[in-house]
Amino acid sequence: MSPGRMRDPMPGRPLRLDRPLLSVRGVRKAFGDHVVLDDLSLDVHAHKVVVLIGASGSGKSTLLRCIDLLEDVDDGVIELEGQDITDPRLDANAVRARIGMVFQAYNLFPHLRVIDNVTLAPRLVHKASRAEAEAEALAVLERVGLAAKAQAFPDELSGGQQQRVAIARALVGKPAVMLLDEVTSALDPELVGEVLTLLAELKQAGLTMVIATHEMGFAREVADEVCFLHEGRVHERGTPAQVLGNPREERTREFLRRITGP
Amino acid sequence: MSWVPSERQQERDAYRRSRARRSTAVAFLSTFALVAIAVLALVSSPGWPRVKASFFDWDVAVESFPAILQGLWLNIRVMAVSAVLIVIVAMGLALARTLRGPVFFPVRALATGYVDVFRGLPLILVLLLVGFGLPGLRLQGIPTSAVALGTLALVLTYSAYVAEVFRAGIESVHPSQVAAARSLGLTRAQAMRHVVLPQAVRRVIPPLLNDLVALSKDSGLISILGAIDAVRAAQIETARYANFTPYVVAGVLFVALTIPLTRFTDVLARRSGWVGAQSTLAGGGALR
Ligand SMILES: Nc1ncnc2c1ncn2[C@@H]1O[C@H](COP(=O)(O)OP(=O)(O)OP(=O)(O)O)[C@@H](O)[C@H]1O
Ligand SMILES: [Mg+2]
Repeated sequence: MSPGRMRDPMPGRPLRLDRPLLSVRGVRKAFGDHVVLDDLSLDVHAHKVVVLIGASGSGKSTLLRCIDLLEDVDDGVIELEGQDITDPRLDANAVRARIGMVFQAYNLFPHLRVIDNVTLAPRLVHKASRAEAEAEALAVLERVGLAAKAQAFPDELSGGQQQRVAIARALVGKPAVMLLDEVTSALDPELVGEVLTLLAELKQAGLTMVIATHEMGFAREVADEVCFLHEGRVHERGTPAQVLGNPREERTREFLRRITGP
Repeated sequence: MSWVPSERQQERDAYRRSRARRSTAVAFLSTFALVAIAVLALVSSPGWPRVKASFFDWDVAVESFPAILQGLWLNIRVMAVSAVLIVIVAMGLALARTLRGPVFFPVRALATGYVDVFRGLPLILVLLLVGFGLPGLRLQGIPTSAVALGTLALVLTYSAYVAEVFRAGIESVHPSQVAAARSLGLTRAQAMRHVVLPQAVRRVIPPLLNDLVALSKDSGLISILGAIDAVRAAQIETARYANFTPYVVAGVLFVALTIPLTRFTDVLARRSGWVGAQSTLAGGGALR
């Protein structure tokens, strides 16, 4: 990573509105006989936020893990910035470094201080010097409101703070796209707000994000597009107002009824 | 800012203090009673005078002590050197077993076979085979001293055990930690080195210290190869005085060597929160 990019806190990538930044086409993924993703396609354009909704087990996490190359797809193509990342000849580590992933259970490294959690990848993957990495990490921690906690260990933080550290850790590599998997579902209700506010700020800053969530209010607020996953495909897609407010598909309506209660 | 405990709290604290004093007194008395009964039973047994003369002869103890202590110094050195080698070899074995891919199949298979064989073999057999078999090969560079061969046998056997401890530690780190590391772009090796191993090693320190205690005792087995350690020294002294007291002296010294190790394990475990409400020494700490 060049020093110029290390200092720039925002991903200032060239805007190509004509082609999607991330393009998933015809992806299939099965675990044994259980087909989770079946000919699934999805496009994400730069600076857009796509929200994935769907029943538990509908494959939201699996899709995000496939995009981050944590799972190999059984078929289909995933393109990031025009490059087929499912090509097995590609260096998967370099691809993962271009994608920021945030997990439901934070997955912070408990033996490392907050600052070291954030600087681990810059130092090991981007070969930044310690000083350089720490300066950048502090800037990102500042952005998520946790610069004061840099020297704390993860288990000394609240759930919401831990999840914001996890977001900082994913952000620090200036990923082309952020993947967030139900990042608030392990949090107490009063802590959900601080994380969602942060995500809304990131959207304002122009980040490209794919977010799996059960928070429909949040989806309505930040999504440019909502995709409803069902039977391994994107069953319905559209603006939040359309999909959440006036769904075309019976399955979508049923799902929304179930999660909002009778 | 300046908090003065309320009267109610002061009264509670006073009550807890008096309870604590009482507990200490009870613990002291019950221990004393138990020891007294044991000693009385021993001393009043019909064979006691003869046993006392041949196992607890104070003069023999004092005279044999320096030789046995010198022998123990050899045990300590053997233990220290083998402990270091064991940790290195065991870590290598444990890591070899985590390697993926067809290229590493022979390494993986070899490491697995090694652990299976040396965990199955009694230490004493390994000692005899290494101690008397290896020099028979007359290979260049193979050590011939009993101490070196004994150390080698200890390392061969113990690294198989310790490798399994490390492997258990590595496997106890949740896969989501690896997923998080890999998602950041770390390679498999970097994730192992910086994320999995630090957590794994921390978790297995108590069982490792336990193995160290066992090693300190088993270092006495090198005496069968002729090395003059504490056990062998005691044997020599026993023959000289025609009295078994030197064995008791050696026993006391070994216990004195391992007790600090055991207590250290406890302290470390408790400080790191590795043990639950029931700690070995205090016995307390549980809810009222
Ligand atoms: N490693 C795996 N091995 C076998 N089956 C798996 C594996 N990972 C996921 N699955 C299965 O794939 C299906 C989709 O799981 P996934 O976690 O993607 O669902 P999800 O939409 O994220 O659900 P949730 O909303 O509960 O998080 C589930 O039926 C799950 O059991
Ligand atoms: Mg999920």
